[in-house]
Amino acid sequence: MEVTVTINGDSHTHDVEPRTLLVHYIRDVVGLTGTNIGCDTSSCGACTIHVNGESVKSCTMLAVQADGQDLLTIEGLADGDVLHPMQESFRQCHALQCGYCTPGMVMAAVSLLDENPDPTEREVRIGLEGNLCRCTGYHNIVKAVLHCAEASS
Amino acid sequence: MIPAAFDYIRAGSADEALAALAEHGDEAKLLAGGHSLLPLMKLRLATPAVLVDIGRLDDLSYINDAGDHLAIGALTRHRDVETSELVQSQAGLLAEATSHVGDPQVRHRGTIGGSIAHGDPASDLPSVMLAMRATLVARGPGGEREIAVDDFFTGFLETALGDDELLTEIRVPKMPDATWGFQKFNRRAQDWAIVGVSAIVDNGSAGVGLVNMDSTPVRAAGVEAALSGGASAADAAESAAEGTNPPSDLNAGPEYREHLARVLTRRALEAAGR
Repeated sequence: MEVTVTINGDSHTHDVEPRTLLVHYIRDVVGLTGTNIGCDTSSCGACTIHVNGESVKSCTMLAVQADGQDLLTIEGLADGDVLHPMQESFRQCHALQCGYCTPGMVMAAVSLLDENPDPTEREVRIGLEGNLCRCTGYHNIVKAVLHCAEASS
Repeated sequence: MIPAAFDYIRAGSADEALAALAEHGDEAKLLAGGHSLLPLMKLRLATPAVLVDIGRLDDLSYINDAGDHLAIGALTRHRDVETSELVQSQAGLLAEATSHVGDPQVRHRGTIGGSIAHGDPASDLPSVMLAMRATLVARGPGGEREIAVDDFFTGFLETALGDDELLTEIRVPKMPDATWGFQKFNRRAQDWAIVGVSAIVDNGSAGVGLVNMDSTPVRAAGVEAALSGGASAADAAESAAEGTNPPSDLNAGPEYREHLARVLTRRALEAAGR
């Protein structure tokens, strides 16, 4: 089935099998491999992208469901060489260790601040409950999100 | 993990969805947000031959004040339910429980109708439907019919919906002055409830629904009866596991679940001011 999606501002059209998961379409068909596959069971959040501006786990959506939608992946966040404020906060606060969860963590965090620009620490922790860091580096991740919120206010 | 192959039909209207169901019968499954169905399909626990995508039926996404009840379109996303001022003010228990479904990403895609039609005893929202005595509206070839929530959950992952029917609306009585409590016990953030309890008290009458205490979502009828007889929260909660048949899994056996049901029911009732 033919699917047309906008990813990071660019339009893509491909013929896909209906059972193709969105994350496989993004990585294997379009070739944007910044979005990671972690648990593949909608638990870990490594595959988090934005669909129409909201965080979604792309392992639990079919590519055909995304037809006509506006997608944003980690590759589309920075403005050229200028990091997105959330990416910059992650860098400054050392909010990554192995880095595997980071793309999904950043995308979830951006969506979180879109909905709640001035969260408490508890709201950040609850707001990121859909993203797991197996390095258990949550402390600095939460710090980075709070830092970004503060810097943006 | 990739689902088994299926034919994909994107419905442009409820009538188109019903026509597809009529044609393909029990070989077809409806796809809304997909956050219950797709995980099962990836694990090959569900292998529908035909998937009818109703995710674009925007006319089934709404929250309306319908006089004595709220009318909520089946395709309304969890995110829209939890943040709705109307739901927060008229059905606070539903808004609160919805905010505990999955995680933010799940709530951006999952729908209230999909969650209820899935009929999972471990889901949070069916317990709210039982506690608030909601009515489910189904549309089929013969038109619309209303189903009382007590007649809706018929077996494990089975509901009163026919193979040719579509859940279109959830009707929740308005209870602006009700007090309520929602308790969900799990070991990790975002896990399913090991046991959960929805309790609401409105005008002196109580509704209590249980999560994961049987093969279907169940009402704690013994607790409701004890409360209407004037029992305290602590005394009424002793009846929470009566008549249930709790499952056994890696997290807990039946006896522990029965214990949790009593403890969580007491807490939910105390939160509701009983």
